Amino acid sequence: MSTLHVPTLAQMTAEGKAPEVLFWVGCAGSFDDRAKKITKAFAKILQHVGVSFAVLGTEEGCTGDPAKRAGNEFLFQMQAMMNIQVLNGYEVKHIVTTCPHCFNTLKNEYPELGGNYTVEHHSQFLNGLLKAGRLKIEGGQFRGKKITFHDPCYLGRANGEYEAPRELLEKLDVELREMRRCKQNGLCCGAGGAQMFKEAEKGTAEINHVRADEALETKAEIVVAGCPFCNTMLTDGVKNREKEAEVQVLDLAEMIALAEEL
Amino acid sequence: MSFLPQLVFAAVLIAAIWRFSKKAGTIARNIHLGKAQNRSDNPGARRANMLRVAFGQSKMQARPVAGVLHFIVYAAFLIINIEVLEIIVDGLFGTHRFFAPFLGNAYPLIIGFFEILAVLTVVAVVIFWWRRNVAKLDRFHKPEMKGWAFTDANNILYIEVALMFALLNMNAVESLLPEGHEAFIISNSIAPLWSGLSEGTLHLLERSFWWVHIVGILAFLNYLPYSKHFHIILAFPNTYYANLKDKGQFENNAAVTKEVALMMDPTADPFAAPAPDAEAPVERFGAKDATDLSWINLMNAYTCTECGRCTSECPANLTGKKLSPRKIMMDTRDRIEEIGQNMDANGGTFQEDGKSLLGDYITPEEIWACTSCNACVQACPVDIDPLNIIMKLRNYATMEESSAPSELNAMMTNVENNGAPWPFSQMDRANWTNE
Ligand code: HEM
Ligand code: SF4
Ligand code: SF4
Repeated sequence: MSTLHVPTLAQMTAEGKAPEVLFWVGCAGSFDDRAKKITKAFAKILQHVGVSFAVLGTEEGCTGDPAKRAGNEFLFQMQAMMNIQVLNGYEVKHIVTTCPHCFNTLKNEYPELGGNYTVEHHSQFLNGLLKAGRLKIEGGQFRGKKITFHDPCYLGRANGEYEAPRELLEKLDVELREMRRCKQNGLCCGAGGAQMFKEAEKGTAEINHVRADEALETKAEIVVAGCPFCNTMLTDGVKNREKEAEVQVLDLAEMIALAEEL
Repeated sequence: MSFLPQLVFAAVLIAAIWRFSKKAGTIARNIHLGKAQNRSDNPGARRANMLRVAFGQSKMQARPVAGVLHFIVYAAFLIINIEVLEIIVDGLFGTHRFFAPFLGNAYPLIIGFFEILAVLTVVAVVIFWWRRNVAKLDRFHKPEMKGWAFTDANNILYIEVALMFALLNMNAVESLLPEGHEAFIISNSIAPLWSGLSEGTLHLLERSFWWVHIVGILAFLNYLPYSKHFHIILAFPNTYYANLKDKGQFENNAAVTKEVALMMDPTADPFAAPAPDAEAPVERFGAKDATDLSWINLMNAYTCTECGRCTSECPANLTGKKLSPRKIMMDTRDRIEEIGQNMDANGGTFQEDGKSLLGDYITPEEIWACTSCNACVQACPVDIDPLNIIMKLRNYATMEESSAPSELNAMMTNVENNGAPWPFSQMDRANWTNE
């Protein structure tokens, strides 16, 4: 196991270097204890493959997604303009992120405000490395394991990407069991649209509990997510159903990092 | 020969078309009470989308039973209309089965085919009725489906059956008349039911069925604008003008962009008042009432078939929250209708009625339950976007009323102060790299 070395874009630029890709970490990936593990797993993969990457570090700010979805267009655009100034200042061309919300916002909502970049979700970026022969994945500890994949709304329905994560999982030689509702019909984990930051309205059930039930129905041993928020919601749902001893909730990046023993 | 039936027919036809056009014009006016939104880019892709989704019924097939049944009713409608053309010609010119001599031997085959379609339509409609009234499918029985919505849904089915019944029996009775055309494939089996009646009675019956069928169709035409059945027209423009971009891309408000650019521009003088533009009306952020929405949102509302596919996929609705994307669409339509009627009653100008879409129709509890997951948009077979309306209502609630739930206000304060939705310092953002 090698130590992780994560340069900031400021450091790299000072050394006169430009990274191949900017890793946009996002707020959850930077601050949430669970999500930080995903961030590190992905950084380890990049380092292992030899992708030259950098992060913005303290120069990164919230993309504004939760503000926009909470109706605050003004705050969203303030955040967007600040981030675009930083990104354009460094002449960033290529961004990869482990958060589908950041991915969607950077990819779809920044261009009109002057931020034009090639933006990829980590499942797409890793899949690209795989196809280019730079990343080799072996099943490792997951060979033959029953797993299910939860489509993040902002990767799937919002951006039409259903295959990249599944192709990666295929390489891990797992037994992929689809949930009743998957791909276009995938059920939301309940976090999007700024719901993550508030109590749910009065109802008869919690969305993440219902989704956890659907995942458990597949008898999967691992529930794979591709979003730090989905991860939190599903982990919580599995716990609520008292299945946390048997069923793990992992991110795609964590699966690959674990399989490769990084 | 008396010209009276022809005159009556012409009068009925003209009146029906005139009345329908007038009402359709009112709906078009109401739709254009919405804000302008340019969706005329990319005509090729738009045509392709309309062909696929409306003509091809592609999104209907996600539910195979309803999809196939609907396809039958839909295809039968389009095809049987060829016969309606003949009926109109006959009615206006006093001819009888005007197309028959031109089509020769093909005529019985064609009408026979129409008869088969008519029977299939009846079967499909009976199953539709059964699913709604006996099996009571969940999506047809949500709170917003009470009252007119429920009555309307059944009315359509009854009218369909009545029209098909008249068409088949007209052919059957005619075959028993000495000068009548022989029966076709289905009417052949119905004819014996009417045998034994006097020639005069048969004549009367044949004419009655003819009139019931055509007047029924014209009446149905005039019923459409009051019904979810208006979708048979609006499904086409609605899919043409649908959003073709990624569903995750929400619009950026251009007025806000200008303001933010000014604020961020270090050379801008914050005290230099912008040139007062007396012409420009004070724009409201987001939507409070139906007229703050775009014409696309309003066309969506008039297109809604009330099928409830959106609601049955909605995570909030599935977990017992009040939010139902179908209700969002129905409320929007009801409110813009109310505004339109208010205008008509007041010589074309809206008299303030103290009501608004947000508050009187749609409650804050509904809009704040949405996860912006796009399941409703994905599910809609006619490309309606309820989420876009919900987001505009949120824009108003947050930016104009500052009435977002308090936890969201706290989240936004964090974003504003420290660049993250939680109260962590921006300076700690990279701490994970050496933890
Ligand atoms: C032009 C001729 C059409 C006819 C005669 C027609 C007829 C009908 C009828 C009778 C119903 C009621 C079904 C029920 O009670 O469940 C219905 C519902 C519906 N129609 Fe159409 N329709 C037409 C066009 C279209 C088009 C172009 C679309 C676009 C895809 C469409 C989409 C729908 C949908 C989504 C429903 C709701 C019913 C369900 O989901 O089960 N229709 N239509
Ligand atoms: S976007 Fe909102 S209204 Fe539509 S299905 Fe998802 S939660 Fe329901
Ligand atoms: S919005 Fe679309 S899916 Fe929802 S009820 Fe109306 S037609 Fe059906």
